Amino acid sequence: MHEVRTNELDSSSAPTTPAVHYLNATHGAASWFFTKDHKRIALLYLYSVSTFFLVGGIFAMLVRLELATPRGDLLSAETYNKVFTAHGVVMVFFFLIPAIPAILGNFLVPLMIGAKDLAFPRINLASWYLYMTGGLFGVAVLVMGGVDTGWTFYTPYSTAASNSHVVLTALGAFVAGFSSIFTGLNFIVTIHTMRAPGMTWDRLPLFIWSHYATSLIMMLGTPVVAVTLMMVVLERTLRLGFFNPDLGGDPVLFQHLFWFYSHPAVYIMVLPGMGVISEIVAAFSRKPVFGYKMVAMASLGIALIGFLVWGHHMFTTSQSVLAAVTFSFLSFLVAIPSAIKVFNWTATLYRGSVLLDSPMLYAIGFIGLFTIGGLTGLFLAAIGLDIHVHDTYFVVAHFHYVMVGGTLLAYLGGLHYWWPKITGKLYSEPWAKTSAVIVFVGFNLTFFPQFVLGYMGMPRRYHAYPAEELSWQVLNVLSSAGASILAIGLFLPLIYLTYAAFRGRPAGPNPWGAYGLEWETTSPPPTANFEVTPIVTKPAYYYAPEEH
Amino acid sequence: MGGTFTLFPTQASTMAGRVDNLYFFMLAVTLFFSVVVAGLVVTLAVKYRRRKADDVGANIHGSTALEVIWTAIPLLIAMVMFVWGTSVYFALAKPPAEAMEVYIVGKRWMWKAQHLTGHREINQLHVPVGTPVKLLISSEDVIHAYYIPAFRQKIDAVPGKTTTMWFEASKAGTYQLFCAEYCGTQHSGMIGKVVAMEPREFQQWLSGGAPAGTLTSSGEQEFAMLGCVTCHRDDGSGRAPSLVGVFGKPQRMANGTTVIADESYLRESILNPQAKVVQGYQPLMPAYQGQISEDNLVTLLAYIKSLEKPAAKGAPATDESAAPAGRQ
Repeated sequence: MHEVRTNELDSSSAPTTPAVHYLNATHGAASWFFTKDHKRIALLYLYSVSTFFLVGGIFAMLVRLELATPRGDLLSAETYNKVFTAHGVVMVFFFLIPAIPAILGNFLVPLMIGAKDLAFPRINLASWYLYMTGGLFGVAVLVMGGVDTGWTFYTPYSTAASNSHVVLTALGAFVAGFSSIFTGLNFIVTIHTMRAPGMTWDRLPLFIWSHYATSLIMMLGTPVVAVTLMMVVLERTLRLGFFNPDLGGDPVLFQHLFWFYSHPAVYIMVLPGMGVISEIVAAFSRKPVFGYKMVAMASLGIALIGFLVWGHHMFTTSQSVLAAVTFSFLSFLVAIPSAIKVFNWTATLYRGSVLLDSPMLYAIGFIGLFTIGGLTGLFLAAIGLDIHVHDTYFVVAHFHYVMVGGTLLAYLGGLHYWWPKITGKLYSEPWAKTSAVIVFVGFNLTFFPQFVLGYMGMPRRYHAYPAEELSWQVLNVLSSAGASILAIGLFLPLIYLTYAAFRGRPAGPNPWGAYGLEWETTSPPPTANFEVTPIVTKPAYYYAPEEH
Repeated sequence: MGGTFTLFPTQASTMAGRVDNLYFFMLAVTLFFSVVVAGLVVTLAVKYRRRKADDVGANIHGSTALEVIWTAIPLLIAMVMFVWGTSVYFALAKPPAEAMEVYIVGKRWMWKAQHLTGHREINQLHVPVGTPVKLLISSEDVIHAYYIPAFRQKIDAVPGKTTTMWFEASKAGTYQLFCAEYCGTQHSGMIGKVVAMEPREFQQWLSGGAPAGTLTSSGEQEFAMLGCVTCHRDDGSGRAPSLVGVFGKPQRMANGTTVIADESYLRESILNPQAKVVQGYQPLMPAYQGQISEDNLVTLLAYIKSLEKPAAKGAPATDESAAPAGRQ
């Protein structure tokens, strides 16, 4: 029993679930597979993205098990290379990129702006089918024996040397890419044209701002990686000389094209996460987000500068000194809007009414991990230091802190925050808090030793490492142990959230006492989202209007 | 090495300390801000915890002054890091002019080193302590990266290019050499040792082997064998430009542009001569792409480079007197 929940504005009557809502409005498989309801499509994504996360997680555990000893004794070198490639491809293209936008974004963007649906419901459904088609390509690759290029597909290894299923994998990522282009397009048009009366740009929730910025990157960046992957396919099959010097190409050109998308893709993953954190911090402090405008503009700033920093992935490829210095400078600049956000979230707590329920625990965990992830990014932006740590475990640790610590914790926080809205049911808060703590501890134990390992010089993507480096094994064992704890922390929500969806107590429209249009409709919402179109008369996060 | 347990890598080059100093500075900044943020979050969350279920927070929307301050301070610190990191990079990127040269070829899955004296080694590199060493690195197949953690140095070996890296070992010892760019099945087996030796021992090591000929003499033979001499005559009377004194100098191209004849230009001109033709000459030279191994290409480059300084021709760049003299 939670004192806050039973003591809401309508504490006189226990919350109930509406008789008809989007989940039970129609029945049968066809009503799901041909649905145009953004909320049902969000659930289709939830099931499929979660499945891919499980698959990617199993590969992660195999990697960590292999590295617990210096000798390659669990997997062969070839298998290990395929395992870390599968882990990377699945996690990046099929979990991290779609997780928040396709699940939470799909569910919430129309609800939060007071719209009945997204602008293009059929394209939204088509996006899911594209995602699934890309995923099936990926499954086919795994069944046929895998791919060993790493998720980065570096040429000429991918075009001339690898004997694995590069073409099929690239096609899978290509198709899945269109799913994210369509999602981005849909969000942008929806946010521009379907806001409820009174929902002006300066009243948009920060979740919407972050999805708007993300959608820009999705639409502008994803086509570039799609074209690049096609070039890999063409060079591999028809020997067109784009990247292979034997055919007159330039191997570094691939890296430019690839990172032109794939660096902004990091922001595709983490910007929506920042949106989630802004919502949670406001709701659990019952306060407006400190410096709303700066946080909104910082999202756009990150999206724009994020397109100008790809060259920092290539400091050791002998790019020109001027290019290296320029990319270093721009990479430092992109840290500023991120710093602004961290300080603003922290300042939001000041004189708040702070409740440390599970979504807030995830949000605070996010702030901690993202701070470390962001600051260690500066080590890589400083060229003189990047030369040493580039392509070592330092980089692995850094991007896991940002992409996994950031994106995953925000995703879990968001899932917990909006689970009562999605399912209409409350989950067990003690279990949720426990899992949040286990995830945080397990995560740090997994990835913190990798910073040390990287500075010691252990290169990434190593199937075995020199046994004489005693500290390397100690650090790797710690990391592998942490991964097991993290796995437990991630497995728990699967159980208690699923259980809650069927057996949980009714949540009522607004179990958190949060402000925002999504909390003004029933839980779960009706198919049309709102009984009557809401009219917005107040700014976002209108929690404490009496003071000034 | 020797199996000692440590959580910090050995410093064994003149640059290692500079890189580590920057590292410690950034570590301090990271620790400071992590502690500040964590401390503030915990303190505020406890101090302003919700006491009654319907409590709301204060209606604070922001503070321009605070936001300017916490934009300006990180920007300032970031710029310090940028300038510091860039200055370290300049030192890491620019080899001293008198550096001793060694050619490295990466191939799946081994590192091959060729000294100017003709000494060749696989997965090993012997260098003298106290002498700047410049590595000219290429790859025969895919991208590799030559990485010596104890020296804090790394550069990609990119097929179709010659990249350079330099270091000056400051402490005798044996250090790990890794391939840091994923290159396929045996990527983690593409490792070796860099042996930094006192100059005297290095000389002994050099005299211990029995090289077939110096790198430049092998290059000279290759140059003759491929028939290059028939056109590239030393006195400039051939159908192709003389190569004496060409290396490192600007050359005027047929299309009016000027190109510095560095390693990558020479490499390109051997493999794909039509790409940039020197002004006043016909594009007659055949392409050697696929006709010449990376090892032989290295000897040709070494030979052509030696043509600018006749004194160095055939002589080891690091004889007893040259190494210490180069340091002054």
